[in-house]
Amino acid sequence: MERASQDISLSDKKREDLLMLLKSAQAEYRHIPRAFIVDTAKALGLPENQVFGVASFYAFLSVEPLGKHVIRICQNLPCYLKNSRMIIDSVKKKIGIIPGETTPDGRFSLELVSCIGACDVAPAMLVNHDVHGNLTPQRISEILNTYD
Amino acid sequence: MPEKQIVSMNCGKIDPDNIDTHIDQGGFKALQKSLEKMTPEDIINEIKTSELKGRGGAGFLCGTKWELARKAGENQKYLICNADESEVGTFKDRHLLAKDPFTLIEGIAITAYAIGAQTAFIYLRAEYHFLLDLLTNAIEQAKEKGFLKHLAVQIREGAGAYICGEESALMNSIEGRRGESRYKPPFPTEKGLFDKPTIINNVETLMNVPQIILNGGEWFKTIGTGNSRGTKVFSISGDVEKPGVYELEMGSPVKELVVTLAGAKNIKAVQVGGASGSIIPFDQLDTPLSFETLLGSGGVIVFNNERDITDMVHQSMIFLSEESCGKCTPCREGTEVMIEIFRRLEIGEGVPEDMENLEALSEAMMLSSLCGLGQAAPIPVLDSLKYFRSEYEDRIEKSQILRRLPRSIA
Ligand SMILES: Cc1cc2nc3c(=O)[nH]c(=O)nc-3n(C[C@H](O)[C@H](O)[C@H](O)COP(=O)(O)O)c2cc1C
Ligand code: SF4
Ligand code: FES
Repeated sequence: MERASQDISLSDKKREDLLMLLKSAQAEYRHIPRAFIVDTAKALGLPENQVFGVASFYAFLSVEPLGKHVIRICQNLPCYLKNSRMIIDSVKKKIGIIPGETTPDGRFSLELVSCIGACDVAPAMLVNHDVHGNLTPQRISEILNTYD
Repeated sequence: MPEKQIVSMNCGKIDPDNIDTHIDQGGFKALQKSLEKMTPEDIINEIKTSELKGRGGAGFLCGTKWELARKAGENQKYLICNADESEVGTFKDRHLLAKDPFTLIEGIAITAYAIGAQTAFIYLRAEYHFLLDLLTNAIEQAKEKGFLKHLAVQIREGAGAYICGEESALMNSIEGRRGESRYKPPFPTEKGLFDKPTIINNVETLMNVPQIILNGGEWFKTIGTGNSRGTKVFSISGDVEKPGVYELEMGSPVKELVVTLAGAKNIKAVQVGGASGSIIPFDQLDTPLSFETLLGSGGVIVFNNERDITDMVHQSMIFLSEESCGKCTPCREGTEVMIEIFRRLEIGEGVPEDMENLEALSEAMMLSSLCGLGQAAPIPVLDSLKYFRSEYEDRIEKSQILRRLPRSIA
């Protein structure tokens, strides 16, 4: 990542645009590259550690590269009551990694997250921005196969 | 008291992609009435008469809050609609946004006019990204119809942080900062977003506004209880047959929601208000749902007889610790220590002092945490110690037996 900011315009941006810029970078590069933090800090006139501080605060931003598809399984009570642990296990088995890791081929990252507001269809997970509910271990393969 | 639809009256009746279907149901009449026949002061008075309270959890009187912002001597003011909905077990705002974005936009337009804001932000949690196009489209359609001449409505997306639902953390987030809570005062009505007077209201709160304007504050006061006027939209999940969203008159008994509507059986306990909500045992299901008794943001989780209450509270504490912004010690450290105690209880390493320690820690956290997260985190702990103390005692007793066993067996 030589010039991280070349795809995302940093001109005329203000501090209030920071979160949006970081989200764009996350979408573009699957993480917030170091170079992007440096460029953004310069463009906004902020110390780098403040930009880094924001980048590291939010669950949907990552300073480490994530896979092409990010699986976020809800681990809170309503899902827990509907056997989310079984879902977590079957996803782990299916893609061969544990939460916090990315598959060697870069296809999937797996994270355990807080309630995603889909408790009526618990257990639930997000794959990228798609909500999948009423999960069963059987459906996991089927769902994940739709993400190439 | 039966189901009653005020906030969700259009849900399922209109096409959320088409504003004309909403107008056919009488949509935007309240905005027209507000702009053509009422002064901002008239609107604030009507809301004050209605005694509408915030539906995001804290239950502050809207009219009083709006008046403070209205009177603040600044030209630039902001309205923020809090659509961060991240409380565990809460998805009623998601339902309302998905089924009827127009009533929200109408409520926003009226409120902004009343307080004198030219810009309104909708802060939408990242997990609800799938609603972004629908909401953007609804705003565009309202603009095309000429309903938003006095106001710019912008959507700001979060990036995954429960604490950003707390109003001061939310403002930090919109300003491009870490979503940490701020010290108060100053209050947002004085110095809020970008240091300007700001009103923050929940999605459901704002969706009450059009009907109050159309029917009057006195009408609204006839619904609900003495300190809780109107209805509440609940989301219910856990051990129930029909999880979902139900709107009930304030003061309806827990039983009505949990048993009659959601079809729960063999209930052991009900948690009202998400991870930091109160827990009540099955023999208190006649308790009314209201600000005076139990409410929170309206997220209700049901536990059946097979559930272990200490495990339930442990799970809630894991969430609260995970989502603590870390700014103040009692919350950051307190939630950690509590998790450690629950973990020990679970693996048979409890000690008799655990219950006292949980109580002492709870008191310290409630008194000295900076924001509502840390202040409310001990509620389920204290409730479970009150109503399900024997479950703690059993675990401690088992731990003691385990300790007395010769090592080779244990
Ligand atoms: C930790 C925490 C999380 C909160 N999350 C939300 C939320 O997701 N949605 C919401 O409307 N209010 C939430 N609140 C309450 C807000 O701080 C604020 O009181 C509310 O948005 C005001 O709107 P209302 O008066 O219409 O309820 C939260 C409060 C705390 C302490
Ligand atoms: S109480 Fe918790 S969430 Fe609130 S400011 Fe303190 S550390 Fe942050
Ligand atoms: S608890 Fe899993 S979506 Fe709410």
